[in-house]
Amino acid sequence: MSVESSNLEPKGVQGLGKAIKRKEDPRFIVGKGNYLDDINLPGMLYMALVHSPYAHAKILSIDTSQALKIPGVKAVITSKELAGAGLAWIPTLAGDKQMVLADGKVLFQHQEVAAVYAETRQAAADGAAQVQVEYEPLPVVVDPFQATAENAPVLREDIQGKMSGAHGPRRHNNHIWNWGVGSKDETEKALVHSEVRIKQHMVYPRSHPAPLEPCGCIGDMNKATGRLTVYMTTQAPHAIRTVLSLVTSIPENNIRVISPDIGGGFGNKVPVYPGYVCAIVGSIVLGAPVKWVETRTENLTTTGFARDYHMDIEIGATKDGKVTAMKVYTLADHGAFDAAADPSKYPAGLFSICTGAYDFQKAYAEVDAVYTNKAPGGIAYRCSFRVTEASYLIERSMDVLAHQLKMDPAELRLKNFIQPSQFPYPSALGWTYDSGDYEKTLKVALDKIGYAELRREQAEKRARGELMGIGISTFTEIVGAGPSKDFDILGIKMFDGAEIRVHPSGSAIVRAGTRHQGQGHETTWAQIVSEELGLDVDKIIVEEGDTDTAPYGLGTYASRSTPTAGGAMVLGARRIREKAKKIAAHLLEVGEADLEWTDKKFMVKGVPSRSVTMNEVAFAAYTNLPPGLEPGLETTYYYDPPNLTFPHGAYICVVDIDRGTGQVSVRRFVAIDDCGTIINPMIVEGQIHGGLTEGFAIAFMQEIAFDEQGNHLASNFTDYLLPTSLETPRWETGHTVTPSPHHPIGAKGVGESPTVGSPAAFVNAVVDALAHLGVRHIDMPITREKVWKVLRQAGVDSF
Amino acid sequence: MEITLNINGSVKKLSVEPRTLLVHAIRDAGLTGTHIGCDSSSCGVCTVVLDGKTAVKSCTMFAVQAEGHTITTIEGMAQGGKLHPLQQAFYDHHGLQCGYCTPGMILSAHVLLEHNPNPSEEEIRFGLSGNLCRCTGYQNIVRAVQQAAQMLQQPVGSAADD
Repeated sequence: MSVESSNLEPKGVQGLGKAIKRKEDPRFIVGKGNYLDDINLPGMLYMALVHSPYAHAKILSIDTSQALKIPGVKAVITSKELAGAGLAWIPTLAGDKQMVLADGKVLFQHQEVAAVYAETRQAAADGAAQVQVEYEPLPVVVDPFQATAENAPVLREDIQGKMSGAHGPRRHNNHIWNWGVGSKDETEKALVHSEVRIKQHMVYPRSHPAPLEPCGCIGDMNKATGRLTVYMTTQAPHAIRTVLSLVTSIPENNIRVISPDIGGGFGNKVPVYPGYVCAIVGSIVLGAPVKWVETRTENLTTTGFARDYHMDIEIGATKDGKVTAMKVYTLADHGAFDAAADPSKYPAGLFSICTGAYDFQKAYAEVDAVYTNKAPGGIAYRCSFRVTEASYLIERSMDVLAHQLKMDPAELRLKNFIQPSQFPYPSALGWTYDSGDYEKTLKVALDKIGYAELRREQAEKRARGELMGIGISTFTEIVGAGPSKDFDILGIKMFDGAEIRVHPSGSAIVRAGTRHQGQGHETTWAQIVSEELGLDVDKIIVEEGDTDTAPYGLGTYASRSTPTAGGAMVLGARRIREKAKKIAAHLLEVGEADLEWTDKKFMVKGVPSRSVTMNEVAFAAYTNLPPGLEPGLETTYYYDPPNLTFPHGAYICVVDIDRGTGQVSVRRFVAIDDCGTIINPMIVEGQIHGGLTEGFAIAFMQEIAFDEQGNHLASNFTDYLLPTSLETPRWETGHTVTPSPHHPIGAKGVGESPTVGSPAAFVNAVVDALAHLGVRHIDMPITREKVWKVLRQAGVDSF
Repeated sequence: MEITLNINGSVKKLSVEPRTLLVHAIRDAGLTGTHIGCDSSSCGVCTVVLDGKTAVKSCTMFAVQAEGHTITTIEGMAQGGKLHPLQQAFYDHHGLQCGYCTPGMILSAHVLLEHNPNPSEEEIRFGLSGNLCRCTGYQNIVRAVQQAAQMLQQPVGSAADD
């Protein structure tokens, strides 16, 4: 979609579908955002962490005496001090536990070993440099396939011999869990009887969300009141409050979590990190506020990584290209602690969406998770819990199958799509897809990019020895976690809340349990309320991120805000409208049944001249009520969605490859998204631009890699590459609209679709360009060097 | 050490260590619109303008090196209560999402337009390639800079009504 109307001022009644400018922008463009590091409290101390240079080592001694001599250093803590407070280890979201500071050994390079508190950030850094730690290096496990070898060193000695974990039996000391879904026997039988079968191994490499603002925390324990205020870069402030209360035993009413403006999250700011805990402990012990803001190196080396799935897929099909069955086996590298941020019942997240947009009758998926000497994580990097891995797997595999069948990849997809008449569609792996029109979306994309003409051009170029490829990805997502019957995190159900208070003068404050990090909630929530109540959008203020004021909710990640809190916002507003109707009837001196809500006001049926606006009703709610009615006009609504939502899209990428250098140039990229009802098309388009850019980065440049000693090879932005404006392609966007049948306004969520859907389109395009040379697959990131090697191996001349 | 910095036209006396980075000095002076993102001069969120004509990543300079220079930060861009055309254009074109890169991006664009008032798309993309953005994919940022270039080229007063 081209958003030509994006100059709409956010004024007046502006409901769904309006590309109004963002209400949050005025403070950001003048430098008046309020991010965590912008907050300074009186008497505040600064914290710095000491990190391990080794990936696996025993700690023989820690000497803090020199550090304590640095002027301004107030204290140094290690695991020993934390143990005194019962905080040497904390529970992870995945049912494992993790060290806060190294307890006897370190399990990954850069692991946190000690925390230093000082009056200035310089003194804290100087102090950290003076903490002397003696290590005895141990053998290292880097390759997940070696983790469960018979002679592999035991990494987690704390659970050595304990052969059962939070997700069932463990078959080796470095094994975490095994998870499977679907019918293995029936799938294998169907595969055996399939006319055509493909097998492919592919790796979704380890990456990191790397938001530009690093993670940080200010712990502020007020000993006079007993209240702990925690400022934290968190996407889920309420969940953090509950977890903090559980691990510190401070009553939850005495904890206030404030998540200020967040400079990008992308899943990185969901978990609890050791730095947060140490800042809070420091404040409790020292009686002063303590600030910790991580360095970029700390961010890339210690906080939540994503992906690291090593996948083997087998697909069966008929000779004419109808898929029959799929079987997937995945080895998941979880690092030193299982700190994956998934709903509790789903250790491999929503990976079982791996049958995608296709009508597979039989499927089986299995995942084994293992420990290695790497940082913990497994967070959903702009992704709904492993959906990115699943979508890449199926979309890449459909191209492998098309290649095997010598079929056009678009034709193969069209032949296997779940049809609109099949919804609600029960998938072979247990989901009920709410709605979708995959064929329509793909046809819009094929038409927009001029697919047939591109294929002709490709044939001509191929005949001349030039390399051009076209890659398609027709993914479906599964977002909006989620319905409380299945979805919880540590037992807390994954509903979300909205509070709406209409003031006497017809303005309103709206709060939600979600926490935006750039997604534009201050605008879109206001648009929803403006639509439902007929209030001016500029008179609605949206507030998120303060647990003392916002209703409970599990936060913003996994494209869940619109499906959950957005639903709460709609139904809360409608509840207010029900009460408003009683007041309107009183004002117009008619019965409620005589009124209708038309053109965003209450009108006497058939008498357009007799109406009242919500502004008039709001004033009456405080000044002129019908007898017996409770004053005021406000509500809090908790929305438990009945199902997940299934946004989808069709992406097509065209690449040209330099046969001499291996350089891949993305010539065009068309993205047609279907996220159901669109609230603000300008914001939706912006989300897609950004997500495609992150998908591009994952496909071509980003990787958190390690050497064989477990040394981290991507610890800063010169080694961990992010695309700049120069290499980022120009995105061509568009949309179809297939509303969700169960969401109150039919919206599905969009933030992660482009990151989920695009990597396969990029890789498919590159492989398509090289397919005639016998190339069937290349793992991401597709660097120039990799392509160069493939070309040389295929015997292609440089010139 | 005591130093005097001219930031956004106001003279500030600051006490710094010799190793204090300019970005920390600016932020400690209360101007928190200049951000920190990478510590390695890669991301550009700490970009400020030196002497009205050079975009500098303020994590690459010591505060003491800035003595005697004028510094413009994002807080100095709006004049007389009116947004700078670049600020207006970023707002108009959805050129920001989380807002963290925005101050540095606007200041880099400002210096680009000072040197090249009518840049091509390629020139804009090259000019901003020292500033990372994780949210927007740069497309709307480029459009915003194009709009600002047009606004800045209009004679003063002609933009009063459209």
